[in-house]
Amino acid sequence: MSTETSLANEWPLWEVFIRSKQGVEHKHCGSLHAADAQQALHMARDVYTRRQEGVSIWVIPSASITASDPDDKDSMFEPAKDKVYRHPTFFVIPDEVGHM
Amino acid sequence: MYTQSFNVPDASNVQSEHRDIQPVLTEFEQESMAKAQLHFDQIIDADGKIEPKAWMPDAYRKTLVRQISQHAHSEIVGMLPEGNWISRAPSLKRKAILIAKVQDEGGHGLYLYSAAETLGTTRDQMLDALHTGRAKYSSIFNYPTLTWADVGVIGWLVDGAAIMNQIPLCRCSYGPYARAMVRICKEESFHQRQGFESLMVMMQGTAEQKSMVQDAVNRWWWKCLAMFGPPDADSTNSTQGMRWGIKRVSNDDLRQKFVDATVPQAAVLGVTLPDPELKWNEARGHHDYGQIDWDEFWATVNGNGPCNTERLATRVKAHEDGQWVRDAAMAYARKQRLRQTQLQEAA
Repeated sequence: MSTETSLANEWPLWEVFIRSKQGVEHKHCGSLHAADAQQALHMARDVYTRRQEGVSIWVIPSASITASDPDDKDSMFEPAKDKVYRHPTFFVIPDEVGHM
Repeated sequence: MYTQSFNVPDASNVQSEHRDIQPVLTEFEQESMAKAQLHFDQIIDADGKIEPKAWMPDAYRKTLVRQISQHAHSEIVGMLPEGNWISRAPSLKRKAILIAKVQDEGGHGLYLYSAAETLGTTRDQMLDALHTGRAKYSSIFNYPTLTWADVGVIGWLVDGAAIMNQIPLCRCSYGPYARAMVRICKEESFHQRQGFESLMVMMQGTAEQKSMVQDAVNRWWWKCLAMFGPPDADSTNSTQGMRWGIKRVSNDDLRQKFVDATVPQAAVLGVTLPDPELKWNEARGHHDYGQIDWDEFWATVNGNGPCNTERLATRVKAHEDGQWVRDAAMAYARKQRLRQTQLQEAA
């Protein structure tokens, strides 16, 4: 079991997303190794839905996901911080208007 | 199922830590490192979560890789003592329940391996460490399951102890580990209840069946208490683990909680716990209990328990016997991809 040979043969990693019931979005629930997409689906069913946790599964090769860099968090998300006028509570409306 | 006695180093760690060469850092690198450390400390102090790609101290990463992978190994090896009884379960109902439980343990191992992989270790590296005997797993699985009553007692006591250990881990500072633990804890309650219920059925049976239950309780009780790990006074890594939000409750506190919870359950079941010193202490508001045999615990951790060799050999054989399946699946996937490419090129 040398690391070199086994690395070459390790099944690729897949990310698993599950829709828990009709009407809600698929949500990331974990990952697993599988040789191909079909097998990843079967594995995901056995690993993540043993108790009817889902009605639909997506599997995506982990390598296909492009993620934002945590180090860029500030430059990515900071600009939204001072735009408080994007929230409804920024605007003061007289009480007599009622619910708006 | 799991024990937090995993503050024990793996066989390889001592060596590899010595091999680490500290790189020489420029002033700029030192400064940004200090900044990163400060940011990490702030998250920990605020009881926040650390996520996979965020900066973390090397020792935090190493501790987590060790703990999560040992936890995963324990789930996988933990399938063996009970798997032993699948073909000999007393009824179809018990067999179906046991298969479901053992499958859960396998699932728990997979959630945890995935969580450990987010820290930069590979599945094969972890399996290699287990199979070559470098990595530790919970020593509770190095004891034999002699009768059907052992299966019930493992559910009731071993999984019961595991639940006590695992619930605080749902609040662990490392996000992927905490999320895996939430999933595991949800499933673990079934394990304990099925064990207790199966023992209740046996306790309504013949004198022989009742004595089987008592015998199994006698053999497992002290080993379950040891699952919580060495006494706080001897638990060297605890302070750091607490500081990092990896460990939330001390070994002795969890052990006490387990004893207090189990005593009334044993009374309902109608068995005694094999400890003459076990009694309610009004002043403390807890049960007092006797001395745990730590020499036996360490002998088992260090490879000299009754089943260490057998468990590892079974695990290695299963892995090697499955090699052709893994290879075939990869070859098939490669062939399918190639065929697809050829079809696209032809079109």
